Parts: sequence; C-alpha cells; structure tokens
Amino acid sequence: MFETLSHTALQEYWWFLASLLGALLVFLLFVQGGQTLIYKLGKTADERNIIVNSLGRKWEFTFTTLVTFGGAMFASFPLFYSTSFGGAYWVWMAILFAFILQAVSYEYRRKPNNFLGEKTYDVFLFINGLIGAVLLGVAVSTFFTGSEFSVDKMNILNLSSEKMPIISSWETSWHGLEAVWTTAHLAFLQNLALGLAVFFLARVLALLYFQRNIDHKEIIERTRKSLITNAIIFLVFFLFWLIRLMLIDGFAVNPDTKEVFLEPSKYLHNLLEMPLVLIILLVGIIGVLWGLFVSIVKKKDTGIWFAGPGTVLTVLALFMIAGYNNTAFYPSTFDLNSSLTIANSSSSHFTLTVMSYVSLMIPFVLAYIIYAWRAMDKKKITSEEINSDSHSY
Amino acid sequence: MEHIDWGLVDWSRAQFALTALYHWIFVPLTLGLSFIIAIMESIYVKTGNPEWKRITKFWMKLFGINFAIGVATGIILEFEFGTNWSNYSWFVGDIFGAPLAIEGIMAFFLESTFIAIMFFGWKKVSKKMHLWSSWLVAIGSNLSGLWILVANGWMQNPIGMHFNPETVRNEMNNFWEVLFNPVAVNKFLHTISSAYVLAAIFVIGISAWFLIKNRNTALSKKSMIVASVFGFFSILFTIITGDGSAKEVAKHQPMKLAAMEGLYQGQRQAPLTAIGFFSGKTDPNNPEEQKLVFNLEIPSALSYMAFADFDAFVPGIKDLVHGNKEYGIISYQEKIDKGKKAIDALAAYKTAKKENKPEIADTALKIFNENFKYFGYGYYFGKDTQLLVPDVKMSFYSFHIMVALGFYFVLLFILIYLFAYKNKFQNKKWLLWVALWTIPLAYIAQEAGWIVAEVGRQPWVIQDLLPNIAAVSQIDQSSVQITFFLFLAVFTALLIAEIKIMLTQIKKAKISDTNENTGGTK
Repeated sequence: MFETLSHTALQEYWWFLASLLGALLVFLLFVQGGQTLIYKLGKTADERNIIVNSLGRKWEFTFTTLVTFGGAMFASFPLFYSTSFGGAYWVWMAILFAFILQAVSYEYRRKPNNFLGEKTYDVFLFINGLIGAVLLGVAVSTFFTGSEFSVDKMNILNLSSEKMPIISSWETSWHGLEAVWTTAHLAFLQNLALGLAVFFLARVLALLYFQRNIDHKEIIERTRKSLITNAIIFLVFFLFWLIRLMLIDGFAVNPDTKEVFLEPSKYLHNLLEMPLVLIILLVGIIGVLWGLFVSIVKKKDTGIWFAGPGTVLTVLALFMIAGYNNTAFYPSTFDLNSSLTIANSSSSHFTLTVMSYVSLMIPFVLAYIIYAWRAMDKKKITSEEINSDSHSY
Repeated sequence: MEHIDWGLVDWSRAQFALTALYHWIFVPLTLGLSFIIAIMESIYVKTGNPEWKRITKFWMKLFGINFAIGVATGIILEFEFGTNWSNYSWFVGDIFGAPLAIEGIMAFFLESTFIAIMFFGWKKVSKKMHLWSSWLVAIGSNLSGLWILVANGWMQNPIGMHFNPETVRNEMNNFWEVLFNPVAVNKFLHTISSAYVLAAIFVIGISAWFLIKNRNTALSKKSMIVASVFGFFSILFTIITGDGSAKEVAKHQPMKLAAMEGLYQGQRQAPLTAIGFFSGKTDPNNPEEQKLVFNLEIPSALSYMAFADFDAFVPGIKDLVHGNKEYGIISYQEKIDKGKKAIDALAAYKTAKKENKPEIADTALKIFNENFKYFGYGYYFGKDTQLLVPDVKMSFYSFHIMVALGFYFVLLFILIYLFAYKNKFQNKKWLLWVALWTIPLAYIAQEAGWIVAEVGRQPWVIQDLLPNIAAVSQIDQSSVQITFFLFLAVFTALLIAEIKIMLTQIKKAKISDTNENTGGTK
C-alpha cells in the first residue's frame, strides 16, 4: 500500500504525523502549565495534593509524547535530528534536564525520607513547567526564524581537513541559546513571544483541565480568577507572534533548483495557497477562544473540550505551513542552502514505507489511551479519594 | 593531520556511558518486577485471597519508585544520540531511528497508559481489567527493551542496509533482517532474561531481610517461592542466550572476544580462562601484551564457546592487529588503507558527479564498493593501529565477573527454592543474609554485562563502518564536561533519594500475616 506512494508523498505524510505529535505535545503541556500553578491554586497542603494528583495521572502522556516526537523525527527526518539536537545543544539539554526533574518528582515528593524534601520536588515541577514550556516554544519558533548552522556532507570525506569529519555544525558558540537574543530581523522578539505564548497557553489549558478534573470548590474558584489573566497574556503574546509571522520573510524553496531564498510574507502565502490549512488554523483558534468563553462567561467546566482540540489544530496548521508548500522547515540564516526541507532531510523511501506501516498502529494507541483516560476520569478527583489511596502522589 | 578532538570524543563517550550505566541500574528491575507483579496479581485474581493482593501492592509500590527514575534517565539516552552523536544520527538515522520511533509508538504508550490504571485504578476498573493492565505494563516495558536492543544489536552487526552514495549515508533495505538480526535476537533474550534474574534476586533478598527480622513472613515465603522459580528458569535461559551471544561475538566482533578473554596470541584448541588476573607488567620485548597470572584455564573451552568446535582457531588481539596469513586474517593497517581508499573514492565520485564526468564517477564508485566493507577504518589513516584495540583489562574483568556471578545465581535460586518450599529457614539465617547481600551482586553483574558489550566493541559505534571519532557532534569539549558533571550530580542525588525512599518503604512495610493483622500496606 505505502510502497506505491512517491517519496514526496511519504515525506508529506510523515511531516503530517510529526506535526500531529508536536501538536498533541503542545496540548499535553497543560501538565507543565499546571505544575507552575500548584502554589497559586493550592493554599493548603491538602489542596496542593489534589492538584498534583490530578496532574500526576497525566504527566506520563506528555513525557511519552515528547519521547515519541523525538523518535519519530529521528526515524523520518534524521538530518533534522542530528543538526538540531547536536547543534542547539544547550537548548535541548536544558529541556532534557527539566524533564529529568519532572519524572521523579511526582513519585517522590510525599514519600517519607525522600532526601530532598517535598518543597524541592515541587520546585522541580515548577522548573519543568517553566523551562519545558518556554524553551519548547522558543525551539519551535526557530522553525520560522532560522538558526545559524551549516551542513556539508563532504566533511566526512575529507580526511586531510582541519575540521572534524562531521557534517552539521552550529556556527555560534552559544549552541541554541542565541535564539533569545538574536537581533537580526528581531528574531529574539519572535522566539520569546512564542516561548511565552506556549507557557501561558499551557497554564490556560491546565486551568481548564482542573475545572473538569477536580471537585473542590476553593480550587475551582481560584482557577476561574486565574484563567482571565493567563488567557489575556497568552493572547497578547500569541497574536503578536502570529501577526508578525504573517509579515516576516519566510524561507522558501525553489521547486526546480531546490535553492532556498527569502520570500516576503511566505507564511501568509502558504496559508492562502493551502486553504485547508487556513481553515484548520481558524477552526483551531476559534476552538481555543470558544473554550475560554465557555469557561469564563458561561462558567461551565467543559472549556477544555474546546480549547484542547483547538490547540491541537492550531499547532498542527502552524507546523504544516513550516514544512509544506516548498518551505524550509528548519532554516539556516548562516547559509540559506544548508536549510532543511522535508525533502532533503528525510529518510529513504524504504524506511518511510516501513514506518508508514508502523503508523497504522496509531489509531489503536489513541483508542486505548481514550479508554484508559475515561476509565480513570469518570469521577472528578476529591480530597477523600487521595487520602484513601495508598498510592497517591 | 591531527584534526581529531580526542577530548571531545572521550567526554562524549563518558557522558553516554554515565547515562547508560545509571539508566541500567533501574531498568532491569522494571523489566523483571513487572512480570513478577503480574504473576502475583494473577494468583490473587485466581484464588481471591486478599493476602496476594497485599503482596502485589507491596511490590508494586517499590516498582513505582524504581520506575520513575528509570524514565528520568531513559529520556536522556534517546536524545543523546542527537545531542552528542549527531554525525552518527545522520549516518545511520535511516536505519537506527526506526526502532526508536517504534519503541515510542508501540511500547512507551502501552506502558505509560496502563501504569496509571495499575497504580490508581484498583477501585475504578474491574479486577480483570486491572490484571490486564498489570500484564500490559509488563509487556510494554519488555517491548521497549526489544526495540532498543534491536537498535543496539544492529550497531554491533549492521545488516539489512546498503550505503547510498547519493545521500552519503547508510539506508535500510530489509526491515526483517534488522529485526531478526541474530545478534539482536540473542542480545534481547540475554538482556531481558538477565533482568528477570535481577528482579528475582531483589524480591528474594528483601524477603530474606523480612525473615531475618521475623516480619511479614507469609509475604516473604510466598514471594520467595514465586521469585526463585522465576529466577531459576530465567538464569538458565540467560546462560543459554549468553552462550549464543558469545558465538555471535566470535563471528562478528572477534576483537571483542579476544579482549574479553585477554587472548593476545590466537590458537587452536584455545583454552577458556576461568580465573585470571593481569599482573600489571608487560614484557619489554612484547609491549603490546599484558600478562595474565594465577590463571585457571579450561582446555579448548574457548574454541568451543566461540565456534562449537574444540579444535577451532580463535584469533588473538595480535592476529587481528597484525594479520595472520595462515588463517586469512588481514591486518588493521591493510584495512585502514582499504578504508581510506573507500573514503577517497567516494569523494572522487561526488566531485565527478558534480562536474558531470560520468566515466570518472563510475570508476570511483567501483573502487568505493570494493572497499566499503572497511570504510570506518579509513578514519585511522596515519594513526596508531593500537587505537583500534579496546580496553582489554576492563573487558576481561567485566566478562569474568558477569559469568562467575551468573553461575553463583543458579545455585542460590535452587537453595532458596528448596528451603522456602520446605519452610525450613529457621536455622538457616546465614542463607538469608547471603540472599540479602546478593542484591548488590546482581546489579554488579548487570553493569558488568553492559561494560563487556560496549567497551569491548570500541572504537566502533557501528562495527567496521563508523568509529567514535567520526560519530560525535561538533561541540566544545567543555560543554560536554559541564553536562557530564550536571548529569552526575543530578543522577547521584536522585539515586540517593530513590534508595532512601525504597529502604524506608521496606522497613515500614506491614503486610498482614496469619498471626498479625495490621490492615494492609501503609
């Protein structure tokens, strides 16, 4: 079935799947957002435990999605994996450290004799929430603003050169951190705006999730207050980023020569030339806004049902305009023609075919996740439940 | 021509070794204990005896503490392929990435979804569904083991692929060959069965401590019976697959085998060194060789272990480095020259293609194809061939420690089963202490196994095709040093936390016995 598809079709299919995973990851970052609200919403130890346990049943989904996103990018676009991870070393390392801290904190925070103390583990959760969300946002923004790297496959064939035989090299010594201070084309503003937008979106989603998941009057009241502020800040950063994205020069690929060049308003053109993507983006944004409306104005607890899928659609559309329609999804500002496109960074036809068969498992995975999630969330979390459970966090 | 940043290579290796060794402290227990828990819960569901439910929950608690830190160290490993081995990720990403992605889709979601039900679903789903969840966690974690070991096995024996000169990388052309790679199959079976052994020893050791303290005796005896049976069959399987692994090593990585055995001079009817120590002295006339002393040898056993033939020739380190015409072994220098030819021919091919000179390109491609087998050796052109020899002492000692401990575990499982079954531990306190102190030995055996596998294959990241010097990322050595020490500090702090939490949970565990009724796990 898949073997009959062209290499380009497979690359597009895999870019879609990677984008979907990335989009699901951004939605699932509500766990990270929630971790930065534990002390804001929980004034007593009991309240904080409810919040942590509510998040604690979901954190592994976010974590697993991040790992799978990494694996999928490795398998389908290995040149991206090697160039970005090996180049933007400090950004990825900072994200990874934040996730190490998270993985133990739920399980260890309230266990007796836990060496570092409950407060430390709660701080770990906060750090993960802040750094994880902001830096992932910044990293994604560089898909549109570019980074300073070069790729030359001949490097490994030149044994007499002064260079190491390595094909990808980052051309600034800051290895990724420069994304937050690169002034050319005001890239730092754009990158930081998306980082902060993702961070506040994660908090917004967390607040909506709590409203649906927790049965505790005081906590829910606080989520309602907090939601308005976080939603406003999120919208300011996100709209700033999105509007600027429509105006900046994008990294276009000449379909005949494969040369990369700067095209004014490239990302706006992509939306207009791919109306389906534009519709996905608009439906997504409306979904998020409707979710906010349902919660803030109608005072219902179902906001997450709209804002969650809305987030997924919005991010999906953004990844699509980064990769489709002759666009370089991981551009190099150092050397335009080192930029990565879904065509020049992908795996072979054979590997993408094999992986496409593997992707047929995804609906089953989603089905059992939904089953398990529903089974666990039939009833909202209460203080009594946590205090009677021998395995609460 | 000193363009290799050796410090960067060494620190990158150190960082990967650090994360892998830390990760491997936690994973074997997860792999094995998940099955032991599933078996115990099955007994509970079958018999309806609440005692078994409490036993299951107790081990599940320890499982959770251990699982969390395994996850924390695991994420680093996956991303380190990119952050620290970027050239590798690109050179073979077409093959190596697939098992990693499949691991995520097939195994990690299974594990992480059903672990939530396993821990929190006792009152939310039916008994049967809960049991299913526990089994699925065990299956999920073991499946993740399968895929990562398929990936590792492929690095040791790269098959199911070809080199594509257009993209200048290796590409997969047979998925089933990658999956059913005999090195990978043996490695998977050997690794997971050894993990079950560790989990069994963990359960037996802690149960022994309870018996010494005269607490939770019903839990302990029941646990010991389950664990000793599980452990006994696992260790037998570990030994069988270990033998299979040795034969694969002999076939594909003769240098690793020679290093494991400290064999410098190849011979027919090669003896297996059962015990031996390096004297630390070298013969001035023979500086390459390190002498073994106090060694106890089993005649012809190495020939048999490697080739299932008591008379077979086993090449030594010197035969491999300098070549041995009698047995058709070419020297490393010849391989380096051929590798250099392959690299130069590929460069010529690429240039000719660019300049549109098809004839030159064809000739160059022909030379490349003839010499590709030795591609990786080319990176050692003009360098000392001794750089291609792994750390012999480390390989030798790790291998021997692992094997000796493996045979000791067989004996332990038999004794524990006999005494637990006959309920005769009263006068056998010494055996209980031995069982308790075997726990650290099981961890040592595990780590030793990985040291053999990974140190013994140096300097190859991909056997014969990509050495570590051409696999790293282009970053500063100091950056890797900083992250190395950060990892060291964080992992060590978390390990201390894990051990403290676990010991506290064990010490305060009160699982109701027939004589004592304290109302469940607290």
